Amino acid sequence: MDNFVVRALRHIGHIVIDGVWRLGYASRFFFLVLVRSGPSFRRFALTVREIYFAGVLSLIIILVSGLFVGMVLGLQGYDTLQRYGSAEAVGTLVALSLVRELGPVVSALLFASRAGSAMTAEIGLMKATEQITALDMMAVDPISRIVGPRFWAGVISMPLLAALFSAMGIFGGYLIAVVLLGVDAGAFWSQMQASVDLRNDVMNGVIKSIVFGIAVTAIALFEGYDAPPTAEGVSGATTRTVVTSSLAVLSLDFVLTAFMFRGL
Amino acid sequence: MEKVLTDNLVEIDNVEFRYDVRAVLKGINMQFPRGRVISIMGLSGCGKTTTLRLIGGQLRPTSGEVRVAGRPVHAMDMRELYTLRRRMGMLFQFGALFTDMSVFDNVAFQLREHTTLSDRTIRDLVLMKLNAVGLRGAQDLLPSELSGGMARRVALARAIALDPMLIMYDEPFAGLDPISLGVIGNLIRRLNDALGATSIVVTHDVQESLKIVDYVYFMSEGVVVAQGTPAQIMESKEDYVRQFVHGQMDGPVPFQYPAAPYPQDLRLETVRG
Repeated sequence: MDNFVVRALRHIGHIVIDGVWRLGYASRFFFLVLVRSGPSFRRFALTVREIYFAGVLSLIIILVSGLFVGMVLGLQGYDTLQRYGSAEAVGTLVALSLVRELGPVVSALLFASRAGSAMTAEIGLMKATEQITALDMMAVDPISRIVGPRFWAGVISMPLLAALFSAMGIFGGYLIAVVLLGVDAGAFWSQMQASVDLRNDVMNGVIKSIVFGIAVTAIALFEGYDAPPTAEGVSGATTRTVVTSSLAVLSLDFVLTAFMFRGL
Repeated sequence: MEKVLTDNLVEIDNVEFRYDVRAVLKGINMQFPRGRVISIMGLSGCGKTTTLRLIGGQLRPTSGEVRVAGRPVHAMDMRELYTLRRRMGMLFQFGALFTDMSVFDNVAFQLREHTTLSDRTIRDLVLMKLNAVGLRGAQDLLPSELSGGMARRVALARAIALDPMLIMYDEPFAGLDPISLGVIGNLIRRLNDALGATSIVVTHDVQESLKIVDYVYFMSEGVVVAQGTPAQIMESKEDYVRQFVHGQMDGPVPFQYPAAPYPQDLRLETVRG
């Protein structure tokens, strides 16, 4: 019995120590990425190339998902609001939900599974095939040459993708509410214009998406860089990227929302 | 050999190296004279790749000193180390080519990163390097379109892109067909002599490497157990070297992985009892 307790405690201890160690390593990695970001801007072509892979290639999934989410919001919003005789407010509901919450959050979740997982797998495989070591041996710093441009590409792409997601969603809501269900177009747009505030709603959404972009990209790059150089190592790291960054996005969203909209 | 030993490009003095508590290198001494092709041989896990990494400054010795061109590698900061590495070329076991770049771009990589040469000059230099390994015609292919031997040759062209003073080879013969083996072996020798470089070949391929090297260090379990010219090695009376060179099944390196006595494992004693 004693033996079991000791073993259990030791196991918990190991988990905690490993976790703290890994967190420290991740923080150091993040710090190094920031410090060695010079080439990402001096040679902006490197970053532009990564924006293409992370951002442009994510456009399809972001735009299609945005459209569907907006259409669902239109349907659900109309159904509920018309019971209170205020079906015209569906424009406000769609826009606020998207701009404040769903745009940044859902596009960050999609970004994590589309671009984040690709970054992890790519860097993990580069490590497994010694390409990262080769760079280092060629006197080219892998963090500034490989990681930096990908990080900034993610941070730049994320708010743009979230904005496009929201715009597509609003268009989807318009299609359902105005075109399909017959809500007055003037009321739809004017109520939306009157109730969505640039600073409180739009800017807060943009800040959220920047924070999510930093979190998702940093997690994806760290997992790839830290992946054991084996097939299982890279697949495990890719899974962890999606799981960890999704949880990070949802928890950060709660914290940010609490500060932004409740004034905590 | 004696005369050249006074002018060593790389010197390893009494170097020990440990991963945590496991001793990988237990006090080794090696000298690599300029202009020579020198091989480090031994079984997998004997510490030869670790030695290569110590010379490249990727690892730091637990004790002792590794000097390249007279300067201790472990005392350098990142900037000094990178300056040194620009003068080193390394061929990795499976090439480690950048898979998202063409053959041409792989070879041009260091020239673009480290020099301000014009595109025209870079193009000419890359074509010269590719011609030296016989792959000028493959410049537009991607690494995924190359055979194992071709990939190794492209990696070799990339390793010599900046005309290094030291070229390190990590298992250059691993997994190659007989023709490619000969080609790579010849290239190692020819390029070393043409560039006036020094080459260190880490390998366990005895027959191929003894044809091209000037000197051999034999390692086993973290120590240098034998050294000499290829002729001396071929005639060596030392058990370990004889077993290795002639590929004998049993010897100082046992065929059997340590295990309980065979009859006991088969429970023959209990049956008999």
